[in-house]
Amino acid sequence: MADLKPYVALIGGRFRSATAYRTSFAVELITNAGGTAVDVSTVFVLFHAAKVVGGFTLGEALMMTGLTASGFVLADLTVGNIDQLKTYIRMGTLDAVLVRPLGVLPQLVIADLPLRKLMRFVVGSAVLIVAIARNDIAWTAGKVVLLVTAPLAGAVFFGAIFVLSAGLAFWWVESGEVGAAFTYGGRDFTSYPITVYGTWFRTLFAYGLGFGFVSYHPALTLLGRADPLGLPAWAGYLSPLVALAAAGIAGLVWRTGVRHYRSTGS
Amino acid sequence: MDGLDASVPTISPHRPLSVSVATFGALMWSGFRRYATYRQATVAGSFTNIVFGFLRCYVLLAVAASAAGGLAGGYGPRQLATFVWVGQGLLNVVGIWGWNDLAERIRTGDIAADLLRPVPPVTAYLAADLGRSGYQMLTRFAPPVVVGALAFPLVAPSRWQTVPLFAASVMLAVVGSFGCRYLVNATAYWLGDARGPLMFWTLGAGVLAGLYFPLRLLPEWLTITLWVATPIPGLLQTPLDVLVERDGPALQAGLVALQAIWAVIMVALAGLVQRRAERRLVVQGG
Repeated sequence: MADLKPYVALIGGRFRSATAYRTSFAVELITNAGGTAVDVSTVFVLFHAAKVVGGFTLGEALMMTGLTASGFVLADLTVGNIDQLKTYIRMGTLDAVLVRPLGVLPQLVIADLPLRKLMRFVVGSAVLIVAIARNDIAWTAGKVVLLVTAPLAGAVFFGAIFVLSAGLAFWWVESGEVGAAFTYGGRDFTSYPITVYGTWFRTLFAYGLGFGFVSYHPALTLLGRADPLGLPAWAGYLSPLVALAAAGIAGLVWRTGVRHYRSTGS
Repeated sequence: MDGLDASVPTISPHRPLSVSVATFGALMWSGFRRYATYRQATVAGSFTNIVFGFLRCYVLLAVAASAAGGLAGGYGPRQLATFVWVGQGLLNVVGIWGWNDLAERIRTGDIAADLLRPVPPVTAYLAADLGRSGYQMLTRFAPPVVVGALAFPLVAPSRWQTVPLFAASVMLAVVGSFGCRYLVNATAYWLGDARGPLMFWTLGAGVLAGLYFPLRLLPEWLTITLWVATPIPGLLQTPLDVLVERDGPALQAGLVALQAIWAVIMVALAGLVQRRAERRLVVQGG
């Protein structure tokens, strides 16, 4: 346990800095829950305008939204703050992280205590529960396992995307918002049935980048619905494999990036 | 020291107008140049705008495709596509998000230096923000609009007054957005730090300005209430509705008039809050 002591000390410091301005922190907590709530209300607003979107009803689409929301929240809660990497590189803060005898990734992960994101987890899980209640699911042992693994696999997958997007800054410091196109963009993409997207765009995001296995395919398997795009029913069970592959690539890119890093000298 | 005296450029009623205009122009130019230095960030940001353009456009078109009469919120598919892509182009011009300069200067105490300057903070920041939006208009507006036009059928305005109204509406959106952001940042005078209010603003402004979906998809009473009672639809929804000619000519002009009223109120409120804050300001050490 002695190895964990420095991390505990770091977390303690972050906790005090996050709560130093109480009112501001309280607003942050509420806003974070509101963020997920807004994403979900958008789905409701759109399905209010049309009963069926992309061949799916609101209840069915909520299954995808719920899986995405809970998976994304878990990833955001743990590694989401890694997107600050570009700031650390520009300001030279990363040098201070590198000289400490601790892991680079864990230090950056706890560099901004994600306490304020806890409320999101509550909202994300609630959406998934509502989705399960609204659909008539023929439960089997396999589906119960899928219900537990799909959000976890989604979290690992989004975590890998967060690390990859942030790692871009090792090569391109002014990468700006490019990462957001894949982290938040990926979240938006997987919140809806992928049948709504144009062919090349869908192929690129769902199968080229793997986002199709975060929520669309697991949701189809849970719902017992055939894929209008033609993939077999067991495709829903592939999500952990896709997530592990993404995590492997992210780990490799991150290590290469850290080795490639030359301080800005600031 | 020949040729130099102690006079400083200033904006005040006691000075000739030409001096004030020149000072305002210089501050605008500095805002323009500041953003012109981040060229790579401009490319990166446009890329992200384009990805989100595709995401939102496909989803809204799918909604319209299965909605009654092929209309979602009264918009046809071409109008929706135009709404989304021009919205992505305007997002950074209006600059709803990502401005915390004032809050940071309050938190660190640097604001004390701003108060010593001869130009009031609201005027100085407004000039710099207009310069910023001018640069963003030249660089950030076209890329998403061009990509959108290549990938989807868009609508062109059919009324002669639409283009000048749209231009006025964009200007008003920039000014209104500045007023709102200034007020959100100014909460730091009382809270010490504005991170919470800024996050709250980011969330609320995105959805209530019509970025995630056109507000016309909401129940009519709610849309009207938002429009009349808050300045936020004026930041994006109004210019976009004007451009795609969602309403008749009278309502089209009326929306811009409403937007103008809100823009004036927000900037006046920013000035008022600034003066109140200065009276109670205790600069933090450091």
